Amino acid sequence: MQSVEQEKTTLHDPDEVLKHSPFHEQVEKHCRLRNWMSWNGYLTARVYDTLASEYFAIRSSCSVMDLTPMEKYRITGPDALKFLNRLVVRDVSKLKPLRVTYVAWCNDEGKVLDDGTIFHLEEGEYRLCSQHHQLDWLLMSSLGMDVTIVEETHDVAALAVQGPTSYSVLCAAGINGLDKLKLFGILHTELNGFKVMVSRTGYTGDLGYELWTEPVNGLDLWDVIFSVKDSGLYDVRAIGLAALEMVRIEAGFIMPGDDFNTAETAIRAGHDRSPFEIGLGWVINFDKPHFTGKKALQEEKGRSIKRRLVKLLVEGNKPPVDSFLYDKKKGQRVGTIKSQIWSPILKANLTLADIEYHKGKPPAEIWAEIYYQKELEWQVTWARCRISKDPFWSHPRRSVTPPERF
Amino acid sequence: MHHYDTIIIGAGHNGLICSAYLAKKGHQVLVLEASDNLGGLAETREFHPGFKASVAHSISNFSTKVAKDLNLSAYGFTNDVSPMTTVGLNASGEHVSLNGLEIEGVGVEDVKSYKEYRQLMQKFANLLNPFWHKTMPRIGDNSLPGVMTFAQLGLKLRLLGKEDMGEFMRIATLPARDLMDENFNSDLLKAVLSWDGLIGSKMAPRSPNATVLALLFRMTGEHGGAHIIPAEGIESLFIALKEVTERAGTEIRTGARVSEILIQADESALKTNGVKLATGETITANRVVSTTDPKRTFLELVGIENLEIEFTNRIRRLRCDGYVAKLHLALNGEPKFSGLDKPDGRLIIAPDMDAIEFAFDDAKYGECSKQPVMEVVIPSLQNESLAPVGQHVLSAHVMYVPYELKNSWTDQARAVLEEKVIDTLSYYAPDIKKQILCSELLTPLDLEQRHNVTSGHWHHTELSLDQMFMMRPTYEVAQYTTPILGLYVCGAGSHPGGGLMGAPGHNAAHEMLK
Repeated sequence: MQSVEQEKTTLHDPDEVLKHSPFHEQVEKHCRLRNWMSWNGYLTARVYDTLASEYFAIRSSCSVMDLTPMEKYRITGPDALKFLNRLVVRDVSKLKPLRVTYVAWCNDEGKVLDDGTIFHLEEGEYRLCSQHHQLDWLLMSSLGMDVTIVEETHDVAALAVQGPTSYSVLCAAGINGLDKLKLFGILHTELNGFKVMVSRTGYTGDLGYELWTEPVNGLDLWDVIFSVKDSGLYDVRAIGLAALEMVRIEAGFIMPGDDFNTAETAIRAGHDRSPFEIGLGWVINFDKPHFTGKKALQEEKGRSIKRRLVKLLVEGNKPPVDSFLYDKKKGQRVGTIKSQIWSPILKANLTLADIEYHKGKPPAEIWAEIYYQKELEWQVTWARCRISKDPFWSHPRRSVTPPERF
Repeated sequence: MHHYDTIIIGAGHNGLICSAYLAKKGHQVLVLEASDNLGGLAETREFHPGFKASVAHSISNFSTKVAKDLNLSAYGFTNDVSPMTTVGLNASGEHVSLNGLEIEGVGVEDVKSYKEYRQLMQKFANLLNPFWHKTMPRIGDNSLPGVMTFAQLGLKLRLLGKEDMGEFMRIATLPARDLMDENFNSDLLKAVLSWDGLIGSKMAPRSPNATVLALLFRMTGEHGGAHIIPAEGIESLFIALKEVTERAGTEIRTGARVSEILIQADESALKTNGVKLATGETITANRVVSTTDPKRTFLELVGIENLEIEFTNRIRRLRCDGYVAKLHLALNGEPKFSGLDKPDGRLIIAPDMDAIEFAFDDAKYGECSKQPVMEVVIPSLQNESLAPVGQHVLSAHVMYVPYELKNSWTDQARAVLEEKVIDTLSYYAPDIKKQILCSELLTPLDLEQRHNVTSGHWHHTELSLDQMFMMRPTYEVAQYTTPILGLYVCGAGSHPGGGLMGAPGHNAAHEMLK
């Protein structure tokens, strides 16, 4: 009888359709709109109370986001580096302990399966974070190697603390050593008697940190950060995925599965994408002796460009949701808008768009055909578009060390 | 330090044939063999003082083209001997014997059906014949030669006429059982005829997946699938190949185990520039040809850190579990099989297809067959040098013996199997136990260790439809080239496959000489 009772507590509660993160008690309290969504099977806030105030918390003060649902894998063992270097297109041997790097990985045909970050936690010990579930691919890739791969998505509680005042807030919360922490650096520290790992990473294109701890310490971590707000000096605000979507497009960060079909999900030929095609050519280290997809990517490099996922600025203020793109008004179709937002801070229509190239060159002109509703009636308009080489938003304070105090 | 044009790993027949073609064109070739003798699984070895045997005890489809191109007959190898009669043994002496179109021991109806069956099968075998000596087209490659190979097959099929073409398409992937049941009455005849499609593989009469195609593969060549033992023994093939290739300038080193294929990172790809031996010695070359099996070649010698993830997985999941054990007996006289004047044929012990199927069932679940089925020859009757005067060697392929025994291979497990096999033999040759001077049983595990072939599989990887033609051993390496520049493969794991045929070595050399 006792064992049955014990088992019950560890089993998934059938009434709980979506999993609760270690921060759930606080998340639920803050999420006044009850605007929930699922992220990797976790109950996640899309908007807590007002999208605008959440957005501006990221851009103007300090935002806190529950990052727990992100896929996380611990990679250890004598062949860990060998394993990672064969897996991803970037040279991981250059990644020193206590550093983080952005990576993408491909199948043999050089088509992207997912992107993510590798954390070199300590000598020989790595964490891979990814957008989608990758355990099957990782395990298949590890066959024949002396490497251990453990999914730790549910075993690590993580918060993203982002915004211009994030440094000041975390210092006020009692985290020491942040003054020396550079962009993509890792700091192992203690807070109120429990271990916290801080990485200077994020998805906002601005100053920010991610904090990682054991689930049991999750609520304490939350409290320590939000207690700074109570001091009256700083605003600290919980933000949902809707606000994050806005800032990541401003920062030009792509979302596998939204902005491009991952190789695993692409069914029809030509519907998968190479790193080049999604603007990640810069991540590939061709001087690395070998990685999966290298041969195909070498060949692609020598061919003329067929398509690119680009940062595309659309004139006007009509939202180009899923708009088709043409080489002139009512001209030849040359692409599609994949993600788009209205940027409150830049006052512009920002999008990520898949554009077909002709003879290796982008179309001379790009026009979006925009359908929008006016008093319940559909209207159509055309808007001129421009490809942006740089991210729409990237603040210098993102990488200044030590960051400026507020 | 000498630098070679080509290093060939393995001095089996494919390695030696490949070396001969290359050396004849002026290439400087070095053949490295891990063991002390040439021949690989066809090595002739003394297993008891004065008694010699080879794991591969007969030849059924050795390439006539290779024999001619390399003029092997001038060096003592001749294929031109009368084929052995295949005999389905019956304990009470009512054997079924087959030789070409001749058949004895079955009813009138079966005699008639056999002739028709045999002629049709030979027609189909002849149709496939040209494809064994051709590089298969690369999947996705629409270049002219690739398309032509397909077109040629299509045309040949079309020329068969509507009825035969339909029949070919129908039976090529049929389980052997269905084909036999359709055609014959005699259980023993059915078992004997299905044998050649099954031997060496993890397949039984009821297994789908191209056992009939494997049968057709073995029916290629001048004797239409009949087995021969060359006048001077299997050894004569290797003496001749050694002579031919060495005369052309090839250097052969035995006792030289390759532990690593050296990989160098080029700007665009990985490239091999030689090999490293177990002794630590490195030897450089422009090209390395591996005739060892695909798993050993890629997973061990190249190393998975140099291979892409999906490719590695395709190699890793190749089916290559050996299911044949080898028995060698040194006998003090000629064995006497009930009802047989002279045991100079190829003797099959498998009373019916169920016997084969049941033997397979045991092995499938990791046990040795309770009633093993086997193919027996007395090679010393054809070639006297294999045993002292008046004495004989018995050589048997025993099916089905799993590479991975449920309780793992021990000396005891081996002894139990050996006893069972000899008991089975003595059922057909009652006095044989008294004649045995020495016996040797080699399990697939022993074959793996002795001959450096993964899981002891005769054909390196199973001869089944998903691992044949442009899929052998897997796409991307079916044209003898590999993802590593300068590295080629041409063992039994390459198209067209195993057996003492020689086409992989021939075809690969042709690719390299392009």
